[in-house]
Amino acid sequence: MTRGSARRSFLMPALWIPAALALALLGLPLVALVVRAPWASLPDLLSRSEVIQALALSFGTASIATLVSLVLGIPLALVLARSAEWSVVPRRVLRALVTVPLVLPPVVGGVALLLLLGRRGLIGQFLPFTIPFSTSAVVIAQVFVAMPFLVLAVEGAVRASDRRFEVAAATLGASRWTVLRRVTLPLVAPGIAAGSLLCFTRALGEFGATITFAGSFPGVTQTLPIATYIELQRDPDAAIALSLLLMAASVAVLVSLRDRWVPGLTA
Amino acid sequence: MKCLAVAAVLALTGCAAPGAEPPPELQGTLTVFAAASLTDVFDQLAHEFEADHPGLDVTVNYAGSTALAQQLVQGAPADVFAAASESAMDIVTDAGLTAHPVVFATNTIELAVPPSNPGRVDDLSDLERPELAVALCAPEVPCGEASQRVLDHAGVIPSVDTFEQDVRAVLTKVELGEVDAGLVYCTDVLASGNGVEGIEIPGAEEFETRYPIAATGTANRAAAAAFMNWVLSPAGKELLGDAGFGTP
Repeated sequence: MTRGSARRSFLMPALWIPAALALALLGLPLVALVVRAPWASLPDLLSRSEVIQALALSFGTASIATLVSLVLGIPLALVLARSAEWSVVPRRVLRALVTVPLVLPPVVGGVALLLLLGRRGLIGQFLPFTIPFSTSAVVIAQVFVAMPFLVLAVEGAVRASDRRFEVAAATLGASRWTVLRRVTLPLVAPGIAAGSLLCFTRALGEFGATITFAGSFPGVTQTLPIATYIELQRDPDAAIALSLLLMAASVAVLVSLRDRWVPGLTA
Repeated sequence: MKCLAVAAVLALTGCAAPGAEPPPELQGTLTVFAAASLTDVFDQLAHEFEADHPGLDVTVNYAGSTALAQQLVQGAPADVFAAASESAMDIVTDAGLTAHPVVFATNTIELAVPPSNPGRVDDLSDLERPELAVALCAPEVPCGEASQRVLDHAGVIPSVDTFEQDVRAVLTKVELGEVDAGLVYCTDVLASGNGVEGIEIPGAEEFETRYPIAATGTANRAAAAAFMNWVLSPAGKELLGDAGFGTP
């Protein structure tokens, strides 16, 4: 008997039921959303100017947040990958700082951002302009919540890449900048692409930190998730339509991910 | 003025039965869904009610009234619903979940500004100044409806920076000093203590908000009825009055 078939026969009876339950828990809510969607009135609901406005704001801010995350996050990922050579304390502090926004409730992130960048915040009180309730506040909240996804994806790719190519390039006389540009970044490009997509979808779905730090004003700070939440109080059908839109956007991003970028995320 | 609080703390003894007749021993749990603006006073009401009924465990869930109403319609298990507007209660009655809600309190919209009033806000018309940061409740929630009526009456078109999902979110933004002014209920100004300064709006009491309460569940009918009786009792009204609520 081969090892593979032994494992398969062991899997069969014991694990199928909980696995099916887990799958139902993950999949059925989305099925309900699709089934209960007001398909007939969907074109009307989704073509209203508030919806277009929220959609444009969400995609615009999430794109900027992803760009900011790329510019700031890739260097951070490189530092994080090299931190393996550091001593224990700074290494762990750095990793914790990068990981905390992933596990922190986003509302807490929003409160923390207010206390830092609000009008009376640690830094905000010295600024000549106010950040909360502006579109930049939306982007900052999204970067706070979504950048760690990019950093960890890129860092994973850097660690998995073969450093001997960099060493070889350096030996052949390439400057550090050339090594980074011509060797390191191309090697981790799949990780960067996957990280950007995850970062973008997370930014697109951001709710808690945004509503706390940036507030909610149509066209300025009211992103699609916030519009969905507020619409749920007035017109549940409209909220379902918006939810469907967000789900479609997320699924589209997932489908566009390639297996070679993120093994395990796509079949 | 409805909102001038009686500063004296009334010694309401925990052992005095709130209802007229001695109630039967209540058991189990009682789940109350209450409007965000009722936060502090319903904590007190629930606490005293629990003290009178040691066998009973009262849980109060606070949120915007319309959000709570939608949750109830979707099957959220609550025994009592106390809403900040009759339109929010209508969502629940229209769904056939309850009948005969009773109005137990009223409230008035007031301007709230951070201590020392950095934006130098004097009256409602200051909300039109574009340089001020202003927070209002979203028009979908009761405090937003009430604020809009007051603004319409005064002919003020505010330059709003954020529409918050419930009145306590507006209050928090004022307390943090992130906005120069917000429209909240006068009870929220009282609840905030020194956190905000309140500015009364002349004529706002004509547009008072009415708070209906109704039993919405089947799980613990006896406890729900007893709790509603307690809220509507003289002692209950006294607590509501201390928090700045008017009585119908």
